[in-house]
Order: sequence, then C-alpha cells, then structure tokens
Amino acid sequence: MKKTLFICAAWLSLSVATAQETVYPAKEQKGLLFIKNGTVHVGNGQVIENATIEVRDGKITKVGSNIAIPADDVKVYDAKGKHVYPGLILPTSTLGIQEIGGNAVRGSNDYREIGDVNAGVRALAAYNADSKIINTVKANGILLAHIIPQGSLVGGVSSVVQLDAWNYEDAAYAPDNGMNLYMPSLLAGPGGRFGRLFAAFGGQIQTDPVKQALDRIEAVKEFFRDAKAYYQKDAKTSINIKFEAARPLFEKKQKLFVHCDQVKQMLLALDFVKEFGFDVVIVGGSESWQIADLLKQNNVPVILSQMHNLPTLDDDDIDQPFKTPAALQKAGVLFAITDDDSQNRGRNMPFNAGTAVAYGLDKEAAISAMTLNTAKILGIANRTGSIEVGKDANIVISEGDILDMRSSKISHAFIQGRHVSLDNKHSQLYERYKHKYGIK
Amino acid sequence: MRKRWLLFSALLACVVSQAQETFFVNGVADKRDGTYAFTNATIVKDANTTLQNATMVIREGKIIAVGNGLAIPKDATVIDCKDKFIYPSFIDIYSDYGMPQQNRQAAPFNFNAPPQLFSNQKGAYGWNQALKADVEAHKLFAADEARAKSLREGGFGVVLTHNKDGIARGTGTVVALGSERENLMILKEKATAHYSFNKGSSQQSYPSSMMGNIALLRQTYFDAQWYKSNPSAEGVNITLKAWNDVQSLPQIFDPSDRLSDLWNLMRADRIGDEFGVQYILKASGKEYQRIKDVAATKAPLIVGLNFPAAQDVEDPNDARLVSLADMKHWELAPSNPAAIEKAGIPFCLTPADTRDVRTFMANLRKAMEYGLSEKAAMEALTKNPATMLGVYDQVGSLDAGKWANFVITNGPVFAERTTILHNWVQGKKFGIKEDSWNSINGLYNITVINADGSNTNYTLDVKGNSNATAVGKDTLNTRFTFDGKMVKISFAPATQRRRPAGFGGGNFQAPAAPLPANATKLTGVSNGDYWQGTGVDSLGNAVNWSATLTTPATAKAAEAPAPKPAPKVGEVIYPFTAFGVGENNQPKQETVLFKNATVWTSEKQGILQNTDVLVKNGKIDKVGKNLSADGARVIDATGKHLTAGVIDEHSHIASASTNEGGQTVTSEVRIQDNLDPDDINIYRQLSGGVTSSHILHGSANTIGGQTQLIKLRWGTNDEGLKFQGADPFIKFALGENVKRTSAATGNNRFPDTRMGVEQVLTDAFQRAKDYEANMKAVEANNKKKGATPMIFRRDLELDALVEIMNKKRFITCHSYVASEITSTMRVAEKFGFRINTFTHILEGYKVADKMKAHGAAASTFSDWWAYKLEVQDAIPQNAAIMNAVGLNVAINSDDAEMARRLNQEAAKSVKYGGVSEEDAWKMVTINPAKMLHVDDKVGSIKAGKDADLVLWSDNPLSIYAKSLYTMVDGTIYFDREKDLQMRKDVKAERLRLISKMVGEKAQGRPTIPAQPSYKYIHTCLDHGHKLGMLEIEAEDADEHDNH
Repeated sequence: MKKTLFICAAWLSLSVATAQETVYPAKEQKGLLFIKNGTVHVGNGQVIENATIEVRDGKITKVGSNIAIPADDVKVYDAKGKHVYPGLILPTSTLGIQEIGGNAVRGSNDYREIGDVNAGVRALAAYNADSKIINTVKANGILLAHIIPQGSLVGGVSSVVQLDAWNYEDAAYAPDNGMNLYMPSLLAGPGGRFGRLFAAFGGQIQTDPVKQALDRIEAVKEFFRDAKAYYQKDAKTSINIKFEAARPLFEKKQKLFVHCDQVKQMLLALDFVKEFGFDVVIVGGSESWQIADLLKQNNVPVILSQMHNLPTLDDDDIDQPFKTPAALQKAGVLFAITDDDSQNRGRNMPFNAGTAVAYGLDKEAAISAMTLNTAKILGIANRTGSIEVGKDANIVISEGDILDMRSSKISHAFIQGRHVSLDNKHSQLYERYKHKYGIK
Repeated sequence: MRKRWLLFSALLACVVSQAQETFFVNGVADKRDGTYAFTNATIVKDANTTLQNATMVIREGKIIAVGNGLAIPKDATVIDCKDKFIYPSFIDIYSDYGMPQQNRQAAPFNFNAPPQLFSNQKGAYGWNQALKADVEAHKLFAADEARAKSLREGGFGVVLTHNKDGIARGTGTVVALGSERENLMILKEKATAHYSFNKGSSQQSYPSSMMGNIALLRQTYFDAQWYKSNPSAEGVNITLKAWNDVQSLPQIFDPSDRLSDLWNLMRADRIGDEFGVQYILKASGKEYQRIKDVAATKAPLIVGLNFPAAQDVEDPNDARLVSLADMKHWELAPSNPAAIEKAGIPFCLTPADTRDVRTFMANLRKAMEYGLSEKAAMEALTKNPATMLGVYDQVGSLDAGKWANFVITNGPVFAERTTILHNWVQGKKFGIKEDSWNSINGLYNITVINADGSNTNYTLDVKGNSNATAVGKDTLNTRFTFDGKMVKISFAPATQRRRPAGFGGGNFQAPAAPLPANATKLTGVSNGDYWQGTGVDSLGNAVNWSATLTTPATAKAAEAPAPKPAPKVGEVIYPFTAFGVGENNQPKQETVLFKNATVWTSEKQGILQNTDVLVKNGKIDKVGKNLSADGARVIDATGKHLTAGVIDEHSHIASASTNEGGQTVTSEVRIQDNLDPDDINIYRQLSGGVTSSHILHGSANTIGGQTQLIKLRWGTNDEGLKFQGADPFIKFALGENVKRTSAATGNNRFPDTRMGVEQVLTDAFQRAKDYEANMKAVEANNKKKGATPMIFRRDLELDALVEIMNKKRFITCHSYVASEITSTMRVAEKFGFRINTFTHILEGYKVADKMKAHGAAASTFSDWWAYKLEVQDAIPQNAAIMNAVGLNVAINSDDAEMARRLNQEAAKSVKYGGVSEEDAWKMVTINPAKMLHVDDKVGSIKAGKDADLVLWSDNPLSIYAKSLYTMVDGTIYFDREKDLQMRKDVKAERLRLISKMVGEKAQGRPTIPAQPSYKYIHTCLDHGHKLGMLEIEAEDADEHDNH
C-alpha cells in the first residue's frame, strides 16, 4: 500500500526556486485521484459537507459523502476543514497577450489590432503560455481564462485557455469560442475638454454621437449581412477570410460577446439577437441592473465588470457596483463576475465576488458566478464549471472561504486532474528575500 | 397737438462734433456744441433718485443740468420726453471690446507630448509667457462698431475692456461705446490691472495646473518686490517692471476655469490676502452654493448672468446621466445674483458670459424674478462699476458735469415690454428703436384724391407699427408698415371667408389673405399727425393721398411688471451634489457611547473584547468596561468591531489639480491651494471607514508639490478639510513617470534616465543649500547697523527644499525599483536629512534593510503589479517582508475606488504574507499616522485622541465587513442607516427636477440636448484607474479633444 497523502501545506513545501522557469506544467493525470473530507462547493449552488471527489484520467467520476477510497496506489488529498471549489474561470482577460501594462512598452502588447472589423484576428495565436502573470493568477484559484482581443468595433476571436500549459495549443480549452464586438458609445461626448459645460451654457455640440455610433453599428451589421449572403454563394471565386472567421457565429459554435455598459448599447446588443439569431453575451454591463428584467426576458447573459468600481454618477447609491450582482441574481439573469483590473490582471476576481456577497448576493451564487455560470456563458459547461460527474477535474482547494482575502489560501489546484504547481514569480521572490533577511 | 416733428429734428441733429484739434479735416469745419434739452421726462439720476417730469440739459457731450423746472437754454434743441424714461447708460466692467482676437485656451500638462519649457516671447520680458503684465489695453484698443452697436442696443454706454489673455493680463482701459475716434472714446487709459487662472495663448508648459497658477502668481509678487531694488542679476525685466507699475490700480481677477469651479474664487482671494491685495473677483455663477465663503472673501464681485438652459430629459436613459448637481444648478443659477445681493456683497453685472446682450437682459429680468432687487441691479450696472473703476466722477449717474451717457426708454428700463429708444454716448445720439418713440396708434382719416379729382375716404385704425386696418364701406384686407418716418399702406376688399363653426365673438381675425395685384397701394411720409404721399388705385391710376389723426389711442404707459412670487426652488445643499444636505441638517458633534464592542485599539493593548468607548467633545474620552455617560447617544456595538478611522497615506481625491508637470522641480506648488471639498469621493470613502487622507501631488516630476493632509469632513469648506496641526509634507517621484517614459513623441525634459533623476535631486538641494546660505548672509548684513541693506529674492521652490533640509518639511517619495530607492536615500543623507516615507515602494522588500538603516517608512499597495515595466518585480508579500524587517509599513490606495476598501487591502497582507491581523490593521491606522507624524492625534483608540472612529459590522479585515458609522472628530459623517434615507431623498429630488425640466420643454421653452454629467477626475497618472463611463482623466482630457 503506497497511499500518498498530501498535506495541504503548499506554502511550506515550496522549494526555494529562484525563477519561474522551474515551474513545470503538470503531466497528464492517469488513474485514480481522491479529494476527501472537504466542504465541496459544487458550483451549481449546492454545498456538500465532508465530501469526497473521485477523479479518473482527468475526469470527475464520483462526488458524494460516502465514497470508498480503494487501498491501492492512488493519490488522496485530505481537504479536512477546507473548502473545495470548481476551478475558477476568469471570463475576460488579456493574460498571455499583454505582459507589461500601460503603453510604455509596445513590444509587450499583443491584444489589440489596427482596424475596425477584425473578425479573423485570434487571441489564441498570440497567447504566451509562459507569461509570468499566469501563475500568479492561478495561485488564487483561477484555472481557466477567456482571452479576448480588444478593438474599436469587431475586435476579433477569443478563446478559453487552461492556465497550466507549455504552449498555446496545449492551453487551448475552448479555442475560438467567441467573437468580440465593442459597442461604440451612444453618449453625447463632452465635445472637447469641458465641452459639456460649454454646451450646457449654450454652446453647440459638434457632432451627434448617437448618430455616429448608430452608423458604425450599422456597418457591423452590414458586415454580418454580407457574410450571410457570402455563405449562400455556391461557387466562390475568392475566399473572404473575415467572412469565413464569422461562420461559427452563424453556426452557433461561437458567441457574440458585446462589450458595452450603457443601456442603449445593451438594447442594441439585443437587436443582434433579433436580426441574426446570435448567442449574445453582454460584457461589462455596469448599467445592466437597470434593465435586468429585460435581459432576463431575452435570455441574454452578462459578464459583469468588476464590482470594485465607482458608481457612474455622484447621485448613484454609493455601493451600486457592489450590489449590481445581487440585482441581477434577483431578476434571474445568468451572469458571471469578472475582474478587469489592470493592476492585477484578474487575480482579485474572487474578492470582487466576495464584495458582491457583502452587498446581497448569495454566497453560492457568487461561486456560480465564477464557475458554472461562467462556463455556461462561455459554452463550456458540459466540460467544466462544477464538481459534477463527467466533467473535467478542474478543482481548487482553499484553506478557508475563497471569497474573503482574510481566509482565502489556495493550497491545491487541479486542471483536468493534474495537480498543478501554485508556485509563481511572486512566491519565488518572496522566498528569495525571506532567505536574504532570514525570515521564517 | 403732439409734436412729432421733434423726432425728425433729433434725427438730423445727431452729429455732435468733438473733432480733435490735431487731426486733419477733409472738408470744412463744422463745429457744434450739441446742446439739447430733454424735457418732461422721468429721469432716473441714479438708483436712489428719480425725478418726475424733469429736464436734463447737455452740452458738448456733458450733462449741464438735471432737475425740475430748469430754464432751457435758448440754443438747446428741445426733445420732448413725455412718457419717456432717462437712465444713466450701463457700464460693463468685464469686456474685451476692441481687443485683438484670442487664441485657443492652452492645454494642461500632457504626459504624451514634449513640453514647451521656455517662453516663446522674444524680448526683455519675464520668464513665463503667461505673465503679460506689460500689456496695456488702451494701446491695443481699436473700436469695433458692430460690437459697440450691440452693446448700445442693450443700454451700455461704457465698458472696461482688457486683453483676456494670460495669467497676468496687464491693464484695462475704460472706453465709451461711441463711434468717434478711439482717442476720444478712452475715458481712462489705465484703469485696472487684470489677472486670471488661465494662461491663455501661452503654450509654455508651466504652469499646467491650478496649484501651478497660484504658485506662479505668488512667486511673481515676490519677484516683483525684489525687482524694485534693480537687481543686476535680473537686468531689465519689462514684465516685472510693468507688474510693479500697475499695483496701485484696482486689481481685477478672473479665477474662472472651464469647469466654472466655485472654489477658484476663494483660491484667488487667498493670493490677494497674502500680498495685501483685495481683488475684485469675477464670479463663476455658482456663488449661491457657498455664499458664506464667498462673502468672507470681502471681495467685490463681477457677476455674469449665464444661466444654463433646461436639458431635454424626456428620455429616461438620457436623464439618468444628468447629475443632480447639474439639474440643481440649472434651477438655482438665476438665484445667484439675489443671493449675492442678500449677502451684502458689492457687485457689478456683466454681459460677458451671456451669448448676447439680449440674453443678458432677459436673464437679468429672470434674476430679478428670483429676488434680485431693481435698485441693486441698477447700481450693479452703473454706480458700482463706475466707482470700482474710479470713474464715477465721469459716468454712472445723471449728474451735472458727467458725460452725457444715457438711455431713453419708453418705460422702466428693466421691464420686459420696455424698449430702449435712444442710447446717447458722450452727447451723441444713437437711435436704437426710433419708430417706437411715439405711438402712432389711433384712428386716421385717409383721403385719397383720385385721378379724376374726386375724393375717397377711408378710416385707418392703426394698432401698431405694422398693424392697421383700413375701412371703406367694409373692412378691407390691409397691409401696413411704419418705420418711424415712412408709411406704406395697401388694401383691397376682403375676400369672403367662412368663420369656423362654433367660433364666436368679435376677436376673430381672418387669416391674412394675400393681397391681389390690383390692391390700392399708398406710400408717404409721416409728419406726426399728418401723413401725405402718392400711390396707385386698383386700376393702376396714380393718386395722391393724405391722412389725419382723428382719435389718438389712449396711451398706455408701460407699467412696471407686477411682482411675481419668487419661483419655488429646491434648497442649497452642502456640498452641492448628491448626498449633500441642507445647512440645518449637517451632522454635528455628539457625545457617543459605543457599548460592548470588539475594540481594535492599534495600541499595545491590542484587540479588546466587550469594551466601551466614550466620545466627548470630538475626542475619545474613555476606553473601558461598563462606561456610562449622561446624555450620550448610546450605540450598541455588541458583535461589532470598533476601530480607529482608516488613514490613507496616498490619495488624490478632493483636489482641483494633482500634477504640476510643467517642470522637473515644482516644490513651490501646494495641494492646499486647490482643495475641493465637494468631491463625492469624500463621502464614498467615509463609507469605507476612511477618516484622513493624505492628498498628494502626482508623479509627473522628480520634485513635485507640497501635500495636504485632510480629514474627511463631508459638507465643510476647503479650509475645513485641513488636518490642523499636521507637519507639512512634499511629494517626490522617481523612475518612469518623471523620466516621461510614456511620452509617445519622445521626451525633451531633463531627466530622461534614473541617472538624471539623481542629478536633479542633488542639484536641487545644492541650490537650496546655497540659497539658504545666501539668505542667512543677507539677514546678517541687514542686522548690522549702517550696512547697506541687501535685498534677497525669495524663491518659493527653494524655500520648500530648505524646509526639508531643516526637518521642517517631510518627503513622501513615489518609488519603485531598488536602485532609485537607494540612490535617493544617499542623496538625502548627503544633505543631512531623511526620506520620511517611500510611497508605492514596490521593490521595498529588496532594500528593506537599507531603508531601515536610513530611517524611512514604507507606504505601499497591497498587490498591484505588472502595469508597467518598473513594477515587474512587485510582489504582494512586499508589505509583509518590510514589516518583518522592522519598517513602519502602511497600505495606501492612490485610487478613489480602492480607498473605500483599504480594510480589504490590509487583509491581503494576512493572505499573502502571513502578517497577524492586528499588525495588518495597523497598516491602515496607526502606521500611516506615525508616517504622517499625527499619531499623537489619530490612528488608534486611546483616551485623549481625536474621535475618528469606525464601527464595523464584522471583523474589519473581512470582505464582509461594512462601516456602520464613520466618525470624524466626534461627528458621525457616515451613517449607513441614514445613507439609505439620503438615497431616497436624492431620487426624489432628481425626479422633481426631471419633471420640471420636462415641463420646460412641454411649455415650449428652449431646451438643449441632455448632457451627460462627465466628471473630470484627477489621478497621479501612474497606473490605470478603472474609470466609469462618465469619468475622464483630467490630464487626458485633451486627447479626448482630438476624437
């Protein structure tokens, strides 16, 4: 009997590595693996106390409270007193396509192309699986991320990647699953510096921004209409790669992620459902609480921008962004929570969800908003998002409540059953300087 | 018999020659002395004196006599002013009439473009292009008849004009709005000196901020003082010389910026206070929002009447984005002049801010509707400006000896129906509305002498200058115009029209049918009651005709408008934005007893269970068990956590500008000069338990500006925010920002590397050292008896550096990487001082031992990184390592959003670095208090300290913890229960205003498209800030201009 019992003490068991180059992606998981005695947050709202999860060849095969662990050569992780969650999914990210933030280092930017309609531009093609940022995000329990190209109108094609990979082909989890549309603003602009005041005092506004925006949106629609016509053509004399790139959208193999915040923008997003029948997802949606019922009626889900935002107006409830998720939950809207902070690249997502809980969202709903809901919205719920039989064993173990930084300490993470390293540049530099100062 | 001929004679006699002796005349001399007598008039000599049925005599452009029963000089042309009113013409004290066109306004500092470091003005002028003290308006003045005409039409006769360009704008000149040569129009060459907060056409980078504007003005006062000693080091400085020359004139300051920031007025006044100058201040239009602060400046005001139009908010999605503050301002702006009058502030009115004079007059009536008295309005347009300009002996009332500058109206001058008929400038008439001089209304008998000699008679019923009906056998279809002299009448039989069924009564007028080609057409000349002329009849035959007045219409004197009740408006709230409250509802200091709390003392005692804390007179009175106090408000804190208020060591809220990026060393600028107490983030951060914030200059340059520690006293004024008795600090910055790494088009400002940054620091302190030595030498010399006194140039920039070296001012230094941290400490050590605090300090963990040896504290982000190259080695364990090494460590926000959650940020040190909860909590309370040298007052719960407290619903480090009460100095400024009520109040007030605006539109009043209430926010620009959809980074605003 060679039962390997892993004590959940990742923090202590770290090797004193000096560079993240020694953090290796884990090998494929073969055979049986058990996580026992944990409080399992299934991801669908359910919590199973003192549960055991059985994993075979990367898939969850059993979940329950009375699961026998064979006395064979199997790996068993004791999660007693700990919380077990589905691997968190970061639904909006530039991980791997932007290493250094800001605009001072152009060379590190691979997330935004030139041009208005870049239907064929693929984030995955630029994804750097060795980005130093990835492992810091993973260390907070985020195991999958939706990598999105930015843009001025049609930004391009996004993909879901798993965060423990040698290269982008290994990383690809749901390649090219989304087309990204950036909705132009329908607000009357300030019309130049402080132009609003100028206008308020009788000045003229230069252009009608609403009309301008509508024209631009119409141009996108024309692109899709032309694409649709193009598909009908029997003999093609030339191939239009932009139209080809949009084909999965019409075949419902791809979703249309519409990045917008304003109510009118969201109404226009609904219009894309009506005209083209696309699966539309609102991304951002800071004003979505105002039309939650309408979104529900249209079955349009929302990837909600981070809670850690200021309210839109002085007049808004001071905690509006904090409580927006609760409003969406109440209306029955399918929503996911993201973290679009440029100073951390997503690793505070669970704490955004935690803030939402402090302001009225159910705790398990908050977990769903980072797991199963997200998987549904990204079209990968058949494979991940919950700790349920048949799904990939994408699992994190936290020593305490993952939503609260006071207690969240990720001890283990599994991607497709592989026990992945949580070591990262930060923990390594931490070790290096603890060593320097002799800190225990 | 009415003497209509008078009108005619007046028309002819309009050329009052004031020919100049030195000028060549192309023709023959035509000297006239322009003697007129205006009789039977209601003469308003000034706001207090009205003469009925009086006479005014003028000669050679001046008033000779005003009074009742005056003898009329024989040589006077008499103008009968029966039913007319005569007023002194208005004076606009804030005009740029006759000045050259201005260039566009300059941009603030742009991180992405190379700066213009030097003045582009060639010649022996001062160093800064925005200082144009040498400009003299009277030399630039070129009369502009088109503008003069429109001003005259509004009743103005004289303006003070100046060149509205630059921070110092030189002198203004008083000119009359006549059409004579400029030489004769200038009443006072150098009447005033002008200043502003707008550098105008200057593209020089400095100053690029409000605090920079203020610093530049302060330094220039010192420089000018010094320049009086003719320092050889300066040579000739035309600008400083001019500055000194104009100091004796009335000083007019326009502090407005494009946000019409109300606090600028107080900011400008404080500059004046420092240098013994009482400016006359141009008002922003928002004075009513802080009328007490405005009155306290004791400054006379120049008030424009720019009232925002109602917005079209019918679409709820549009209405959603218009802020309460903007809507309230729309409602209350017309009450501003009345509020100023009520506060007893002397003021002038100016049409400078209104689109045209007509709008000005309409808005003036509106202001009167909202409570401005007629007398105050009159004085604000006549006596007050004349007095302020020192020309009341020349203009501003109708008294003998003054210029004959007056208007003649057909009614009270401010009444809506009143028409200005004449505007006389220096004794010269300008007809404004001649045709309204006399009413021609009445019944006339027209006799048409037909071609065959027979007569046809008609009756003409004249109801107005373009409204009359001729009646022959029947009522005729008539067209009529009268332009003051010429009459045109045409008529034809009316075509039969059926009246609409059910439409009864005699008021019905058939819509005017077009006249047929064969209508009778008469034209002629009016000579008062008798008209005559020629025409054609319906057959095309030539006819002659005449008309005689038979029954004059009863003259209806234009009556003063019946006083309408003042419109109902909402109350002024403090601050003037959502979650502000009325004066009577402001929170007050209370005696409060927190019972049975878990008390995080941030002291040696640690965390105390089941403990009471008594707050009295703004201080923590007692900490203990089973406390009681008479009259105390008892708050049951069972199960709750009481802590000291959070102190944010690095914040950029509540200030009108953050970065003076114009130069590498700007230690002269001060955040304290431009605090903004109306920032909603004060309230939002109170809700996150913050009670004190250290407001820093940004990181655009190596030696930035002086900082200001504030307490979050929501509702107070700018001075009231200040943390009294705190040591002064200053912001330094190192690395990418100061070397302008992000400047897309390259950098031309030294330094461009970290090597250069070290040089900048060394150079600055070396200069400061030399400066101090020189200052001491001068002082010593001047103490010696008999020594020639030496004059020392005070340098505000170096003053601040000397303070640092003398440990009177302390540094908080923006820093990231190990090398720059170390080299900066070494520079400080060389000059004998220490860096008090390194802020950001994301590589502090690499040099924590060196920092400890140096004696620096560290104020850092909990977990930020990867937002630029220099933060690639930032780690979330940084605070924990520095804490373990023994540094005093704080967690700061540098971000208005995150500041609401500093408790969570502190908790991250527990998560990432295993710091104890007690220590983590100190990182946002007592540690920053120590760093800021205020730990004797705040930062912990200890008897005797300020009652800056927060009651949390949960362990304060938990993400689930919310502040239930946040108290500053014993006043509860945030109360979560009350906040719920305030939300309802905000919604109700919004609803009321939206319906009111919609009502405006429904009534057909003009509206403008809804304007989203964008917010220009100030940040350090060091890193990304998640901006809301209505937020614009102020320093980025110019980029937005280009899109």
